[in-house]
Amino acid sequence: MMFAPAPYLLKDASVSRVMTMVCLALIPGITAYAWLVGPAILVQLVIASVTAIAAEAAMLKLRGKPLAMFLSDGSAIVTAWLIALTFPPLAPWWLVVTGTLFAIVIAKHLYGGLGQNPFNPAMVAFAACIVSFPALMSQWPSVGLQMPLLDQLNVILGLAPRVDALSGATPLDAMKTALKLGEGQVDIAHLLANQDIYGNFAGRGWEWVAVGYLLGGLWLWQRKLITWHAPLAFIGGMVLISGVLWLYQPASFASPLFHLLSGGTLLGAFFIITDPVSGCTTPRGKLIFGFCAGLLAYIIRVFGGFPDGVAFAVLLMNLSAPLIDQLTQPRIFGMKGKQS
Amino acid sequence: MLAKLFKFYGGVKPPSNKTLSNQQPIRPAPLPSRLVVPLHQSIGGTPRPLVQAGDPVLKGQKIGEADGWISAAVHAPTSGTVVEVAMHVRPHVSGLESLCVVIEPDGKDEWIAHGPADRAAMSPADICQFLQEHGIVGLGGAGFPTHGKLKATPGVPMAELIINAAECEPYITCDDLLMRERADDIVRGTAVFRDMLQPTRVIIGIEDNKPEAIAAMQKAVEAQGEAFAVVPVPTLYPAGGAKQLIRVLTGKEVPGAMRSTADMGVQVFNVGTAYAAWRAIGHGEPLISRIVTLTGNVRSAGNVEALIGTPMDELLKLAEPNPDTDGIIMGGPMMGFLVPNEHAPIVKTSNCLIAHSERLFPPKAPEMPCIRCGACARACPHELQPFELYWHARAKDFGKTQQYHIFDCIECGCCSFVCPSRIPLVQYFRFAKSEIWAREKEKKAADEAKQRFEFKQFREEREKAEKAEKLAKAAAAQAAKKAAEAAAASDAPATEQPAEAAADPAEAAKKAAIAAAMARAKAQREAAQPKNTDELTPEQAKAMAEIEARRQQAGIVPEPADALPATTEAKPE
Repeated sequence: MMFAPAPYLLKDASVSRVMTMVCLALIPGITAYAWLVGPAILVQLVIASVTAIAAEAAMLKLRGKPLAMFLSDGSAIVTAWLIALTFPPLAPWWLVVTGTLFAIVIAKHLYGGLGQNPFNPAMVAFAACIVSFPALMSQWPSVGLQMPLLDQLNVILGLAPRVDALSGATPLDAMKTALKLGEGQVDIAHLLANQDIYGNFAGRGWEWVAVGYLLGGLWLWQRKLITWHAPLAFIGGMVLISGVLWLYQPASFASPLFHLLSGGTLLGAFFIITDPVSGCTTPRGKLIFGFCAGLLAYIIRVFGGFPDGVAFAVLLMNLSAPLIDQLTQPRIFGMKGKQS
Repeated sequence: MLAKLFKFYGGVKPPSNKTLSNQQPIRPAPLPSRLVVPLHQSIGGTPRPLVQAGDPVLKGQKIGEADGWISAAVHAPTSGTVVEVAMHVRPHVSGLESLCVVIEPDGKDEWIAHGPADRAAMSPADICQFLQEHGIVGLGGAGFPTHGKLKATPGVPMAELIINAAECEPYITCDDLLMRERADDIVRGTAVFRDMLQPTRVIIGIEDNKPEAIAAMQKAVEAQGEAFAVVPVPTLYPAGGAKQLIRVLTGKEVPGAMRSTADMGVQVFNVGTAYAAWRAIGHGEPLISRIVTLTGNVRSAGNVEALIGTPMDELLKLAEPNPDTDGIIMGGPMMGFLVPNEHAPIVKTSNCLIAHSERLFPPKAPEMPCIRCGACARACPHELQPFELYWHARAKDFGKTQQYHIFDCIECGCCSFVCPSRIPLVQYFRFAKSEIWAREKEKKAADEAKQRFEFKQFREEREKAEKAEKLAKAAAAQAAKKAAEAAAASDAPATEQPAEAAADPAEAAKKAAIAAAMARAKAQREAAQPKNTDELTPEQAKAMAEIEARRQQAGIVPEPADALPATTEAKPE
C-alpha cells in the first residue's frame, strides 16, 4: 500500500515557476536597457547565464546533488541576470564571468546551495568585483551608447581597445565627482541641466531603465510573489534621507526623485532586497530590512567612495536579517494583545 | 443577511470539486455482507463490549457501553448475529487494529424497541446521558462525544452557539446534501442544543458555495419559527475549522492551545451532529448510520446513507470506481489520509471516501530546499511561520518548534498546498509533535523513576540512621556494663584471676567472648524495649503502676526486665 501524506491537492506552484516569473518581471527593465543604453547588455546576460549554468552544474555534481532538478529551478539564471544588470554594460567578459563564478560557487554553493545562502549572491559578486577591479567596475558609457552591436561585442570580448569615450561614470558617480571637484562652487541645478548625462530626471536613458524595473516589480507584487513591505520601506528610507538633506541644502544634495531613478535603487527595491533567502521574512522584519537598506544605500552612495551603495547596504542588512526576523515574530492567531 | 462577518488570516482556495457528488439525492446503501463495528469511535474511553460471538442483535441494540464520561455507546447498525468480538484494522492512518464487533446481518433490519425522549421530564443531565447512551458524537471529524460539550464553562456566559455547516474541504458534500434534504431535523437538533446551552445567539454558518443548502436551512428555520441566523460565509479553506468559523462569525479568536471554545463563550457543533442528536431525541434512534460522500475517481459519485461498520471498499463500489483507482482517501483531500487497509470499516467520523488515482492526484514533485519565500506563512490560518517550524523540526530542535507554537498548528495543510518547493510541511509538524509527546512521556517516566529512586535512597538513609542510633545506644550500654564488671572484678580476690588465666587462657578467652555476646544481647533487648513508655505523663505512669499491681495480684507477673539476663546468664554455665 502506498503512503503519501495529505494534502493530496496541491497548488500549481514550483521554484522554477517563481524564478521564471522573476525573470519575466525583469524584461521591461532589460528592454529599456537594451534600447536606450545599448544592446551590449544582451551579450552580458548571455555570458552571465552560461557561466552561471556551468558553475551550477559543476557545483551540483561536486556536491552529489541531482542535476536536472536543481538546474531547472532557474535560481542560477536569476542570479546571473542580476549580475549582468548591475555590472557595467561594456565590462570585459572575464569580469562578468568572474563575478558570476564568485556568486554561484562561493556565495551560493559553499554556503549550502539553494535556500541556504545568507548573502544575496549577485550582490556578493558586485561587491567582490568592485573591490577587486574598481576601475573596470566604474567604467560606464558616458552617453547613450550609439555604437553598433558588433563593436560593443568586440569591446566586451577585448578585441577592440577600451577607448576613453566608452568609459565614463554613472550619473550618480558623475554628480558626486562634479560636486567634489566643484568644492561648493557647483550646484546641482547646473549639473542637472546637462541632459546628456542626467536626462530628464536622473540620468539619460538610465531613468527609463529604472522605470522598467518598477513596472516589473509592481507586476511581481500584483502576482503576490513579493509583498509590498520591503520595496516600500526601501524606497521610503531612500526618500526620507535624501528628502531631508535635499530640503536642507538643495544645492549640494540631489532630490529624492534623482536618487530613486538613478543607480540600482529600483532594481534593488523590487528584485534584490525582496530575495527571500537572504532577506527578512516577517512583515515587520521586511519593513526594517528595507528601510535600513534604503538609508544605508543612500549614505554609501552619497558619502562613500563607491559609485553606488545598494550592494553594500543589502549585504550589511543580510547580516542582520536573522536577528531582525527573530525579534519581529508576528503574534499568532488567538494571541494578539497578549504576551506569547 | 446583514450579519457582520470577520476575516481570518491566510487560507487557500483549492478547486472544490463538489459538483461531482452533489448533483443527486442521498441514496441508501444496501446492507453489506458483514459489518465490522469498532468499539472505539470517539475521543475518550473505549466502550466495553456487551455482546459476544453467537449473540443475536437487533438494529439499534447497544453493543458497547460508554467507558467513562468522555465516551459514547456503540450500537448494532442492523439486526443479525455477532460473529466475533475481535481485533480488526481501524480506519486510521496508523493501520493499527482495535476491538471490533463483527455482525452478520440477517437481512431483516429489525429494530429494537425505541421511541422519542420525554424531554419535559428530563433534566439537562438526563439529556446528556440520553445522548451518550445513543452514541452521539461529533460528526465533523474529531468525534468528540456531544454530551461533553453541552455545558457552559462556569463563569463564562454562553454567547454563541454555532452550527458548523461550512464544509470547506474540497470534494465533500455530505453536509450539503443533508441540509438540502433534512433541514427540518437539523433545526430541531439545533434547538435541543440551544435549550441545553441557553446561548444569546444561534448561528448556522454555511460556505456560500452551497446556495441550495442555505435556502433549505433558511426555509426550515422560518418554518419552525426559530430565531437562528443562517449565515453564508465566504468560501475559503479552512473556514470550516471550528476556530476559523468562530472568528468569521463572531470576531473572537480562540487560541489554538485553548482546548474548549466554551471558555470563550462559544460552542460549535457540526451540522450532522445536530441531525443525529435529533434522530436520537426525537425518534430514539442511536447513531448507527451516517451520510458518506463517495467521489473522486468514480463513475457515479454521490452521497449514500451508510451503516457504521460497512467496509470501505464495499461501500465505494456503489460509486463504481474507475479501474485505475489505486487507493481510498478517507476524509477530504486536504486533511484526510489514504487508508492503509481498504477493508477497514467506516466509522461515525467517516464523512467522505475519495477514490484515489494518479490521474486525479498526481504524485508530488520531488522535495526542493526551502527558499523561505513565506508563501506558507501567508497561507497559515493560525498565523504561524511554517518555514521556521520546518527548519527547526528538520533539525530536530523541538524546543524551538514549541517556541514557534507548533501546537497551535491545526494541520489544515494550507502550507503544504502552497509550497513551491513541494515540502510536505504538515508531515514534518506531525513528526515534531509526536516526537515531543514521546519525549514528554519519556521524561515523565524518567521523573517518576527518579522520584522512586530518591525515595528509596531516603528510606535507606533513614533506616541506616535508625540502626546507627540503636548501635550507639548498645555501645553505650556495653560500656556501662563493662564499667560495672570492672568494678566487680576489682572487689574480687586479686590472686584468683591470674591463676585462672594462667591455668587455661583459651578457656578464659572463650568465657570473655561469651560474656561479651551476652552483654550485646542484653543491650539489644534493652534497646528493643517499647519506647512509648519513655515519656509518660504522671497520670499515665500512675495508671500503669496500677495495672502492674493488678497483674501481680492476678499472678500474671511479667518477668522484671533484668530477670531475663540473669537466667540466660546462668544457662551457659
